[in-house]
Amino acid sequence: MRVGLFVTCVNDTLYPRTGRAVVTLLERLGVRVDFPAEQSCCGQPLFNTGYRHRTEPLLRRYAAAFSDHDYIVTPSGSCAAMVRDNYPRIAAKAAAEGRGGAVPEAVTEAAARTYELTEFLVDVLGVTDVGARYPHTVTYHPTCHGLRVLGLGDRPRRLLEHVEGLELRELPGAEECCGFGGTFAVKNPAVSAAMGADKARAVTATGARTLCTVDNSCLMHLGGILAREGSPVRPVHIAEILAGAEDDPEPPHGTARGGGAR
Amino acid sequence: MTGTYLGMPSFPRAAEASTRDARLRANLRRATGTIRAKRDRAVAELDDWERLRAAGAAVKDRTLRHLDHYLVQLEESVTRAGGTVHWAADAAEANRIVTGLVLATGEREVVKVKSMATQETGLNGALAAAGIRAYETDLAELIVQLGDDLPSHILVPAIHRNRSEIRDIFRSRMADWGLPAPEGLTDSPADLAEAARLHLREKFLRAKVAVSGANFAVAETGTLVVVESEGNGRMCLTLPETLISVVGIEKVVPTWRDLEIFLQLLPRSSTAERMNPYTSMWAGTTDGDGPRAFHLVLLDNGRTDTLADTTGRRALRCIRCSACLNVCPVYERAGGHAYGSPYPGPIGAVLTPQLRGLASPLEESLPFASSLCGACFEACPVAIDIPEILVHLRERVAEGGPVTIRGTRTVIRPAKRHGAERAVMAAAGWALDHPRALRRGQRLLARTRGLHPRRLPGPGRAWSDTRDLPDVPPESFRDWWARTRGGTGRAGGTS
Repeated sequence: MRVGLFVTCVNDTLYPRTGRAVVTLLERLGVRVDFPAEQSCCGQPLFNTGYRHRTEPLLRRYAAAFSDHDYIVTPSGSCAAMVRDNYPRIAAKAAAEGRGGAVPEAVTEAAARTYELTEFLVDVLGVTDVGARYPHTVTYHPTCHGLRVLGLGDRPRRLLEHVEGLELRELPGAEECCGFGGTFAVKNPAVSAAMGADKARAVTATGARTLCTVDNSCLMHLGGILAREGSPVRPVHIAEILAGAEDDPEPPHGTARGGGAR
Repeated sequence: MTGTYLGMPSFPRAAEASTRDARLRANLRRATGTIRAKRDRAVAELDDWERLRAAGAAVKDRTLRHLDHYLVQLEESVTRAGGTVHWAADAAEANRIVTGLVLATGEREVVKVKSMATQETGLNGALAAAGIRAYETDLAELIVQLGDDLPSHILVPAIHRNRSEIRDIFRSRMADWGLPAPEGLTDSPADLAEAARLHLREKFLRAKVAVSGANFAVAETGTLVVVESEGNGRMCLTLPETLISVVGIEKVVPTWRDLEIFLQLLPRSSTAERMNPYTSMWAGTTDGDGPRAFHLVLLDNGRTDTLADTTGRRALRCIRCSACLNVCPVYERAGGHAYGSPYPGPIGAVLTPQLRGLASPLEESLPFASSLCGACFEACPVAIDIPEILVHLRERVAEGGPVTIRGTRTVIRPAKRHGAERAVMAAAGWALDHPRALRRGQRLLARTRGLHPRRLPGPGRAWSDTRDLPDVPPESFRDWWARTRGGTGRAGGTS
């Protein structure tokens, strides 16, 4: 089984811990992970802002980078949804507008081989107990694209429930959007911040120490609000919890900003 | 007369103010939260909901594809039943037709059934200009009219008002419009309803002309359908001598059998009821029963242009239930007025820019008034993929492209205000397709991490005013992989 890690641009640049955690986790489960360096961004920021034509080279790049992998695994519900839901549409439109040649088939075929991490674990590997230990209280926010586009359902929760020492706290209004929405966060800052503040309040009220999602982009937004408010809650990607066989080997992101470095 | 939508600010500017209105936020949170929970229960009762939804979407799509045929059939059926059909290409023509019909009766007053189409055309203003007073009789529309306000919700136009605000409006304004509010009016729902009942009863009994919209128009029989909860609509539809109905051309359904689907989908999605309390149906006129004259004004006003767009046209399936508003986190925070049209919320964000065209900063901003969370698509009883249409319309704003304006196919240029963004996106698109350049950027970012400010200047403030920036790690994933596993030579970022 050849598994290609699609790490995503946000994780590559800002949250390499998450990528490393996926590698640790999958290797522990006996999966050999490959990281094709030709990969880049899925193009979602461009596409969702209205720049469909600019995303086309990124589709071709994705299909080429992962052409010989049986499975493409990504630690992002949103990027997986972009690939699975939008790539075939974008490719079909490109073909209809006379661009793309044989690419639409390659793109659609690569999209079908793409799995969000928890889907890959539960559906392909057939595991819900990944042998992780995380002795902390955790609340789980199902991010919108994982929830509504991919239909992740209870897969992330089932994985979390099997983590040793982990205590799951219910998040009221969990299925409501956190307000990130990519460029929405800066195009409509007032509404985005209001949504985020409401979500952060609900998260803090659970009393959990850790906020977990399948998307670091939403965590960047919520973590930014929580940090600004001085909340003790730490944002942690699900991969990092599932990779943890011991107590945290290093401090999670979103905390310990390096003292007086700034 | 009520307010106007002309010169509304862009969505983000309007929302900047409305999100700070604590009372508005509380009113909307309470109201939408309640409706949302009730709707979930009403929908969960039906085990064939998804099939009903698919059937509703299919009937609408088929009807829209053959709209020319069904509209002509509707005209024939209505005419045969004793009604008169008028065709209005735009809002101004519709208002001209209605004004002329009212003036021809010699009356200077009309009672109105709650109607989205006449809100869209601004009919009340046009009637006022001709010296005709229009009385809104839907309770929430009455509150909006008395308050010299604008509706902020499709189903509950005064959702932004709470009980005590409504009492204050009744006390201060009812006397200007007719019967004053009773002495010592309290803000109990029963008292408020009774005050409205007395105030409106006088108008129902006096009115000779009524204006309505319609939820559906059945082509095979020429039957119009109004679905409501209060019974005030039925008063207007039955008591006056002349009835004028202004109906968007997309409201036609081919047969009564099709109606069966929508009369299940609509009440559960809108008021969370199994069946709405009042469903009025009429075809033309009947001797000795109801209005003596019936006029149907079929309104285009951008609908044919919308129909020409194979992605955007799906917005025309909308049956105005407002389920998408009630589940929308953006609507809940920004409020309906920020959408600058009688169609607020997610459906407004896709309908308004298509019906009006990308005519001003407001219409250009509406497709971006969404986090694309998908809750609207999930709730929509006719399965309109609103996020897909939003992104499609964003493309029209950002990149330009083909549109149809008053029946003429044309190619619009990208919106002027998006120049700087376009340059950034072009640069980003290039860098993302050149991993070596991307890697240089990542390394520069990592090397300078000690220097990054906590708050960004200029446009970056939109982020950092309310959110801390993420820490930049010392090493990207890519570099880590190359350093620890890079033996294959593939990790070098060749491009």
